[in-house]
Amino acid sequence: MSDFTHFWAIYSNLVLSLGTNALLALSIYVTLSCGMLAMANAAFMGIGAYTSALLTINYETPFALSLVGGCTVPAIVAFLIGRPTLRLSGVYLAMATLAFGEVVRVLILNTESLTGGALGLNGIPQMTEWWHVAGALTVAVLVLQRVQRSKIGRAFEAIKEDEVAAALMGINIEGYKLLAFVIGAVLAGVAGVLNAHLTFFIGPNEFGFDRGVEILTMAIFGGIGSIMGPVVGSTILTLLPEVLRGLDNFRLLFNGLILVSVVLLLPKGIWDPARIRVLLAGNKRTTTA
Amino acid sequence: MLALSNVSKRFGGLDVLQGVNLRVPDNCIFGLIGPNGAGKTTVFNLITGLLRPTAGSVAFNGQQIAGQKPYQIARQGIARTFQNIRLFREMTLLENVVVGMHRHLQYGPAALFFGLSSFRASEKHARERALELLSWVKLEDKAGEIAANLSYGNQRKLELARALASAPKLLLLDEPVAGMNPAEKAELMEEISAIKERGYAVFMIEHDMTFVMGLCEKISVLNFGRIIAEGRPTEIKENPQVIEAYLGRETDADDSTAGGTLS
Repeated sequence: MSDFTHFWAIYSNLVLSLGTNALLALSIYVTLSCGMLAMANAAFMGIGAYTSALLTINYETPFALSLVGGCTVPAIVAFLIGRPTLRLSGVYLAMATLAFGEVVRVLILNTESLTGGALGLNGIPQMTEWWHVAGALTVAVLVLQRVQRSKIGRAFEAIKEDEVAAALMGINIEGYKLLAFVIGAVLAGVAGVLNAHLTFFIGPNEFGFDRGVEILTMAIFGGIGSIMGPVVGSTILTLLPEVLRGLDNFRLLFNGLILVSVVLLLPKGIWDPARIRVLLAGNKRTTTA
Repeated sequence: MLALSNVSKRFGGLDVLQGVNLRVPDNCIFGLIGPNGAGKTTVFNLITGLLRPTAGSVAFNGQQIAGQKPYQIARQGIARTFQNIRLFREMTLLENVVVGMHRHLQYGPAALFFGLSSFRASEKHARERALELLSWVKLEDKAGEIAANLSYGNQRKLELARALASAPKLLLLDEPVAGMNPAEKAELMEEISAIKERGYAVFMIEHDMTFVMGLCEKISVLNFGRIIAEGRPTEIKENPQVIEAYLGRETDADDSTAGGTLS
């Protein structure tokens, strides 16, 4: 037991960030599964984090209420900016959403009286428990699984594959795209809330371009063919720097090498059930032969 | 059922359609023919809302549909297939057809998240109906395969099943037999007749004259964006203007005696 306490004292942050990173990877997975390369997830995470932290600090709201606030505000913002931006496609959508992310970051930087500006928000009560993270991730996975097997999930996939054909099947393209965008924003918001109440401190630069790319990398690395992909991808990419700690100065180099080789060798990501099945079948054949 | 009145479409300086009038009656197989580039697919794009007419009106069952969004028009009961097949290639055949049923699946978020019986029942019904539609086009044994792996002829059939899945009142077919071999053509001909017998109205664009003449009850001919003839297949076959549009004019013959008949 004391071993576990010892382990938890050192690694609790890492374990819990496995959960929040998985939520972030799932948040971009939702929009990707609807055929949109939207890069606003880091910004939505920031909006969620700041909203909940400000609620907790300034109004001493219970955690549940801060959580609700941290989901609702990103959802409303996503709804408002989704209408005009989701008409764009491909890289144009990526650029517009990246620009939105910058706007959010600069806004936080320049509203010092409210957000603390570049100094960030200090002294956020640490209210996130391990079961909050585990619970949020479980609910997210279960809900997304249900959605995927319903007409909503099929509509997302149809839009991803052929927008024109989907529209002519009676699917409201703009409506479903907006829905995917808002779901993604809520998930990123939840991750932001949990993260803010875990790390004690948040600053505007945590939610910038770097974070956005990181989120995208986790999802693509894991594979966006199914819900498991982003979870696997975020887990590996969160653990990798720790596992490679022994390599000291070469850590980042190896981190990069592993990323590049996965992208080159497994274009559909690590979690590619079809390929895994083929590999397993191949092994069986060689063992029986 | 469907009426286009004085529909025109201009792309920049190019008049693709000029004052087109078409009437597709209830429960009928209607054909639109014409040389390449005559504007046939543009007619379909205007009906399905992918394009807006520059002038004129499109009425479906007496209701104005020009200017509505494609999904709104689809929900009123118009389904179509495409000249260059547009399937959801990474989905299975069954999933493709179930997507076609989208507008008929009505369950709320509560039923969805808690797996209530209404959700399960309608999903189950959709799958059964999809299998039935696949059996109409004789693809039920391939239901679990990925659409991209189908042969060209089967892809066309799958597109047809998917269009039927939305239970349309009017089915638009854009060159349904393009690229098919004679056996497949004969089979599809039977299937389209059967579809009509089930109460659908069919409006097709087709180049294959045997197919059109054998199947359609009424035909309109489009040339350079204008309707130059309409009538029954036998009338169309003998219409001198149509023959001229298809075969060209004999240089040294009289206008009125331009030769040849369409087979």
